[in-house]
Amino acid sequence: MPEIKVTPLGAGQDVGRSCILVSIGGKNIMLDCGMHMGYNDDRRFPDFSYITQQGRLTEFLDCVIISHFHLDHCGALPYMSEMVGYDGPIYMTHPTKAICPILLEDFRKITVDKKGETNFFTSQMIKDCMKKVIPLNLHQTVQVDDELEIKAYYAGHVLGAAMVQIKVGSESVVYTGDYNMTPDRHLGAAWIDKCRPDILISESTYATTIRDSKRCRERDFLKKVHETVERGGKVLIPVFALGRAQELCILLETFWERMNMKAPIYFSTGLTEKANHYYKLFITWTNQKIRKTFVQRNMFEFKHIKAFDRSYIDNPGPMVVFATPGMLHAGLSLQIFRKWAGNEKNMIIMPGYCVQGTIGHKILNGQKKLELENRQTLEVKLQVEYMSFSAHADAKGIMQLIRMAEPRNMLLVHGEAKKMEFLKDKIEQEFSINCFMPANGETSTVATNPSVPVDISLNLLKREMALGGPLPDPKKPRTMHGTLIMKDNSLRLVSPEQALKELGLSEHQLRFTCRVQLQDAHSDSDTHIRIYTHLKSVLKGYTIQHLPDGTVMVESIVIKVSSSPEEPNTKVLLLSWSYQDEDLGSFLSTLLKKGLPAALSSM
Amino acid sequence: MKLYCLSGHPTLPCNVLKFKSTTIMLDCGLDTTSVLQFLPLPLVHSPRLSKLPGWVSKDGTINLEKVQDPTLLNVFFIELLDLSTIDVILISNYHCMMALPYITEHTGFTGSVYATEPTLQIGRLLMEELVNFMERVPKAQSATCWKNKEIQRVLPGPLKDAVEVLTWKTCYSIQDVNSALSKVQLVGYSQKVELFGAVQVTPLSSGYSLGSSNWIIQSHYEKVSYVSGSSLLTTHPQPMDQSSLKNSDVLILTGLTQMPTANPDGMLGDFCSNLAMTIRAGGNVLVPCYSSGVIYDLLECLYQFIENANLGSTPFYFLSPVANSSLEFSQIFAEWLCHNKQSKVYLPEPPFPHAELIQTNKLKHYPSIHGDFSTDFRQPCVVFTGHPSLRFGDVVHFMELWGKSSLNTIIFTEPDFSYLDALAPYQPLSMKCVYCPIDTRLNFHQVSKLLKEVQPLHVVCPEQYTQPPPSQSHRSDLMLELQPPPMPYRRCSVLGLPFRRRYERIHLLPELAKSLVPSEIKPGVSLATVSAVLQSKDNKHTLQPVPKPLPLPPSKKRKRVVEEPPEVLAPKPLLSGSVPLEAFLAVLHKHGITEVKVEETADGHILHLQAEDTLIQLEEDGTHIVCDNNEPLRTTLRDLVLRFLMKL
Repeated sequence: MPEIKVTPLGAGQDVGRSCILVSIGGKNIMLDCGMHMGYNDDRRFPDFSYITQQGRLTEFLDCVIISHFHLDHCGALPYMSEMVGYDGPIYMTHPTKAICPILLEDFRKITVDKKGETNFFTSQMIKDCMKKVIPLNLHQTVQVDDELEIKAYYAGHVLGAAMVQIKVGSESVVYTGDYNMTPDRHLGAAWIDKCRPDILISESTYATTIRDSKRCRERDFLKKVHETVERGGKVLIPVFALGRAQELCILLETFWERMNMKAPIYFSTGLTEKANHYYKLFITWTNQKIRKTFVQRNMFEFKHIKAFDRSYIDNPGPMVVFATPGMLHAGLSLQIFRKWAGNEKNMIIMPGYCVQGTIGHKILNGQKKLELENRQTLEVKLQVEYMSFSAHADAKGIMQLIRMAEPRNMLLVHGEAKKMEFLKDKIEQEFSINCFMPANGETSTVATNPSVPVDISLNLLKREMALGGPLPDPKKPRTMHGTLIMKDNSLRLVSPEQALKELGLSEHQLRFTCRVQLQDAHSDSDTHIRIYTHLKSVLKGYTIQHLPDGTVMVESIVIKVSSSPEEPNTKVLLLSWSYQDEDLGSFLSTLLKKGLPAALSSM
Repeated sequence: MKLYCLSGHPTLPCNVLKFKSTTIMLDCGLDTTSVLQFLPLPLVHSPRLSKLPGWVSKDGTINLEKVQDPTLLNVFFIELLDLSTIDVILISNYHCMMALPYITEHTGFTGSVYATEPTLQIGRLLMEELVNFMERVPKAQSATCWKNKEIQRVLPGPLKDAVEVLTWKTCYSIQDVNSALSKVQLVGYSQKVELFGAVQVTPLSSGYSLGSSNWIIQSHYEKVSYVSGSSLLTTHPQPMDQSSLKNSDVLILTGLTQMPTANPDGMLGDFCSNLAMTIRAGGNVLVPCYSSGVIYDLLECLYQFIENANLGSTPFYFLSPVANSSLEFSQIFAEWLCHNKQSKVYLPEPPFPHAELIQTNKLKHYPSIHGDFSTDFRQPCVVFTGHPSLRFGDVVHFMELWGKSSLNTIIFTEPDFSYLDALAPYQPLSMKCVYCPIDTRLNFHQVSKLLKEVQPLHVVCPEQYTQPPPSQSHRSDLMLELQPPPMPYRRCSVLGLPFRRRYERIHLLPELAKSLVPSEIKPGVSLATVSAVLQSKDNKHTLQPVPKPLPLPPSKKRKRVVEEPPEVLAPKPLLSGSVPLEAFLAVLHKHGITEVKVEETADGHILHLQAEDTLIQLEEDGTHIVCDNNEPLRTTLRDLVLRFLMKL
């Protein structure tokens, strides 16, 4: 029995370093190749030795697919392709291909230049790795080889995020990457057709959350920013350069415009300008509204938001600063946080998920004293707010996607085990499908039951469809009969007659003849008529004919009556039928042996 | 499979393909050459045009007002079939969809339209522009009496010969455009779209314009390729996908170059040098053009050219109600562009250099001559504007303005209209005319190479491609020469395509497949008899195992049950092979039938089972069992015979 195997190397009952291996129809596919923000050692990357202990991965993988540019989905890519070794195709969408190398380079700089790590991938390796990338368009069917095809669907989440369908023959798997089922200020909602995959591999970051409406959260956010600015405080919003940042910028920009606010808004890092430019060039990947109006007013050209300079940190007066990175684990956002943390007038708004081990995670858990390097401690006096703006599907969204795609099995990754457990129960209950949640290195196996494609001769099919009548009768299914010819790997279903002809075989006629004696005090021709009438009343739905020469025919069975002049009342019925009418012939000979009922009128 | 040809225009095709009970319209171009037969629509009052006399027939009996009404467009002869029966319309590029509102609106059309996103967006711009051109000028008068057959007959020139003038229609409205385009479903290159489960259609990159596509229409066994407006030149769009066209049963070939003798690169060179010459001499240059397409290449060419040619201070104007949108849209379709332009987006930089021309104020765009343009206007300058027919749009104004001076030049780049006809109403004209038609579509040399490569079984093409152009009848290289010869079509042809569908895809459910017992009858050939229930849903067929009959409900009238005749079931399998005498006798013996008298006949043997008073006639291709009053024996014999035979 064919089966599909799924093994997470990362993101199994965990968030971070997404990397999932799928074996389907003899093909091996790696879905995402991410890094873990919470670790600085070997655990940062997926354990590729699972695939092979030594040597390159090229011969073990048919392709690698990257769902979007977040580092927990693509951060290990240069390591995998250049340091472990993989030369096969890597697929990602155009925006991902554009933005991914920038984030990788950023990541490399922080790790190597700031933290001084060696044995890390180089800039050249990032470039070499990106050369192996083949861009994917939405809904385009890409033939990886003769059997394996992949297709990308819009996933929302961030610019260029995609869900992918992987198909070999009639077996298929859909991997969602990270997705968002509700449109936001700059992106649309994820969508997939009813493709009925054998397995749907879904993220489950917010498996137990059902978030209140986006409008409320936005109002809350604006209110908090407004209040802080009014009382002269500073607002720090740690973000990643691309994604949420643009959504919040659009939100603040329109609010500032409407309220005629004067406090400055800054956006850190040189990436910003560039990032906004990507959004302008890839405007077809944003939501309907932005796409419709971009000619008149490009939403990514901000009037109120200006570039940040490090010297502004100590500026007096209120301000709002977007700074990278989003989890406060390094860089400018951490630097600003240290400066502003001591003042209770200030506020920090965390708009996204923070991985364990980061300062973002600590302060969100209410930690008021942070230990820094050099045994220093930092007191956290500013207000800490968490606003879930990260664009993941919540429980409702995940259920909605299942309803859209109608998978036969469900597999959860990219979430915490406890929350997954809850969602798994819910899915199994509501959809009565199996739901898997393998841990890293654990394999889930799903047996598929593919149907066998066969070429049917059009003559046979049309004949059957015509016989079946315009509407099928579910109570009396018609049995069709054909011959399957298996030759040179081809399977053809034809009518038996055609099969005989094609194979140069002659038909063998098998006939039966049976004599039945019967007492019937009528003339021979009357007996014929009496038989005809009798059979008419017994056999419904059969063709019964009384031929001019006196014989009676039921379908192709011939019934002839004769009698000897000596005993005119003893009739001999001669029944003759071919093997094709065996059931009916056997029935008739038995029936007629019992004689004809006396009450039959001679018409 | 049938092909209904609604358009005779080879580059504005409109065909309908009937294939496996789906009706598919391939493109719906709008032939605007009909407007050449009317006077231009000026934006501002033109004393010259309004003073032109009407037309009086020779004998003076018919007196016609002059017709200043270039709003009549040649909508293809659409009575050939009922438009409401069309299931889908496939669009190959934005030039080939301009008649869409005529088909989707007010005809009962209920299907859907498939096009790529750039085709939809730019097609929308071109339609909006057309509507805007037509509607912003109040029509002087609209004449209809010339359409009368009697009058048309005596009219001069091309009007007399124009066929089907009654199908010439006035332009659609913006509401029609919006409603028509709301029926468009977006598709990406290589996306497989299922139509009713019966047919799969796939757009492929055709390399001609942004989002332009060829289409594959196929089932599991048959493949039709529709090639329309393709280009192998390296311009801005994604290169043409040729390999996917391989193994077609039928290839419908339309939209070849209209200028088979003009080399686009050479024309581009002429364009630049003529432009520079005129500007240096202090004249203005007018370029009548469409608002999307070749203009992007012209601007890119000028971007490189103007610095070298010292034209840095010359203003370039692009006037169109959709100029801004066209320039903006061109920058956001990175996925649909050639590799070079794609990699620019990764930097991130706009893919087309006209962004820089706009930023440095070298190129300015305006919705029309009114408003800002009139204050910014500086001469000498270069103006790109439409419509290339010179019958409507801002270009009419510039013709009136600049036509009198020999310093000025008009450079034609669009190949759709004869430039002499286009200029006719403006004669006498002093301005220089340069004809540099740039048509990047396939030429005959390229297409024959392509066909050699993809090897379709049959080629269908407009009849114009099967003979050299009338003006160059000796150029046998300007036609398609193929073996077997292409099937030509003309307007209103209905072609039966040489197809015999013999097979259809069906799926055996795994339970059924497992129950089959194949037997090898020849080396490498196995047979299995299949008895199954056919299920057909959404044009997909599956075979399921025959359900086991339900146990009969306990009946009170037991006797009646026995008499129940057998259900009308599928017939028994056919038999093949023969029954060998010796082996059969041995088997009979085994079953206790020992008294057998064998008699030889001409065709075989007759076995007389004496104890049972039964005859069995064994022949090479038949067996006959004559057995009276002994049903158990008969069935035993039957089964023994069947042992030796193959069931089909």
